[in-house]
Amino acid sequence: MNRGNAAAASEMPKHDDADIFVDVRDVKLNYKAGDSSTLALEQTNMTLKRGEFVAIVGPSGCGKSTLLKLASGLRRPTEGEIVVDGSPVLKPIKIVGMAFQNPTMLPWLRTIDNVVMPLKIVEPYRSKFRTEKAKYRQMAASLLTEVGLGKFQDKYPWELSGGMLQRASLCRALIHDPRLLLLDEPFGALDAFTREDLWQVLQKLWMERNPTVILVTHDLREAVFLADTVHVMSARPGRVLVTHKVDIRRPRTLDDLFTDKASKLVHELRSHISHDRSV
Amino acid sequence: MRAWDMVERVFPLLAIIAFFILWEIACTVFQVPVFILPKPSEFLGDLIRRWPAILPNAVQTLYTTVVGFALGVAVGAAIGACIGLSRFVYRVTYPLLIGFYSVPKIAVVPILVIWFGIGTVPAILTAAIMCLFPVVVNVATGLATTEPELEDVLRALGASKFDILRRVGLPRSMPYFFASLKIAISLAFVGTVVAETVAANIGIGSMMILASSTFDVPLVFAGVFLLAVLGVAMYAIFAAIEGYVTFWARRSADIAA
Repeated sequence: MNRGNAAAASEMPKHDDADIFVDVRDVKLNYKAGDSSTLALEQTNMTLKRGEFVAIVGPSGCGKSTLLKLASGLRRPTEGEIVVDGSPVLKPIKIVGMAFQNPTMLPWLRTIDNVVMPLKIVEPYRSKFRTEKAKYRQMAASLLTEVGLGKFQDKYPWELSGGMLQRASLCRALIHDPRLLLLDEPFGALDAFTREDLWQVLQKLWMERNPTVILVTHDLREAVFLADTVHVMSARPGRVLVTHKVDIRRPRTLDDLFTDKASKLVHELRSHISHDRSV
Repeated sequence: MRAWDMVERVFPLLAIIAFFILWEIACTVFQVPVFILPKPSEFLGDLIRRWPAILPNAVQTLYTTVVGFALGVAVGAAIGACIGLSRFVYRVTYPLLIGFYSVPKIAVVPILVIWFGIGTVPAILTAAIMCLFPVVVNVATGLATTEPELEDVLRALGASKFDILRRVGLPRSMPYFFASLKIAISLAFVGTVVAETVAANIGIGSMMILASSTFDVPLVFAGVFLLAVLGVAMYAIFAAIEGYVTFWARRSADIAA
């Protein structure tokens, strides 16, 4: 499933395909800081089907995180455009949930109130918040229970471990039932076993709620375990080098990672990245 | 561990008592004259005996300090918020602020006297000016240190600048704000007393100047002691409020950083 040439792929008439949820078209991004400018992304093309789980891997500094900012509307591309759900992204699109390597819980709120926080911001929840508060807290509580934090909902963030905080952070990203979930190395700071636990948690949440997911990671096993499609990006300026489909049935188990198919895929992804670094 | 907790709690008190006992002993042994350095027993005795005359001065100083403090904190928090929220305002006003900060605050008292005459108003304004700067700096710092990722999470949901300020910026800056209040209340006392010594007819500062001009040294020391007690009491009140409001700040330094 190696698309090989990303530029050729962009010429395919895909924007009238109703199944496409996110369409990144010939995007270029220049970061300007004072007099110097950095070309972060160039000729980047990518499409995501509705409900698809996509992972983006690549060397550090290749503009993976930048791509998430563009998709969420936090930043505008220098050239090209991004279309989400049929309309071009011009400002923050409000249907996204985000989680980062740093869980950024607010230390003055209990875990459950941290999870509820987005509902105080985003419509239609916002205007009903006062009257529906009990219901929203119930939603947060059941989400926390689902990721195994039911007993910890009234703890403050500083009373939780790193893995627990990241679970809570996932809950906060999902509380408003976003159609697009953007994850920027969410498990990067966790130990290997906790990380594997969280892969399973994330897979379960995704299968139940089925948002479209873009996961940025530098863990190739993580990408293979979670994603339907893995895009490998080049070093800066970033663009999509190759695209692999991960053809493993769901729900996947950790054992699936030790099959020949998965190992080969991880190995192949690795070789693209090594090759690009040596140039 | 519990025994050690008790020790940690009791020893500061013992240190204060020991300080005054040593003072008393030293004055007695070296026969220091009262008009150079009175014994604690002498000026504390004076403080109690002349309390009816001292009380109005203490009330005046406390009143002036609290009003000046409130004014300084309100203005300081407003300026700090403007600076902390806008890089532009920060850049534009920074040199001016440093300039004001560098001026010895005592130097403005004569100007205030020209404008407002002798009395309470110059003392209130001096106290306010004294406590302005720590509040400005701390509030600005607190607001400017919001994590960019958290801001992204909320902005991606369409949060306005005001939403982020209300939900994140303000609570986040509370520990900085309360830390500055402890400093500010002490500085407000300094401002009040300085102004009172120069330009007032009532207040502890004015009382001390009068006492010193008649070589009533025990009364001068009674004034100093009273200021110390008031200062410690106000500090303790704000430290207690801080501990209550921002209990999370000390526990969560590793997450909040």
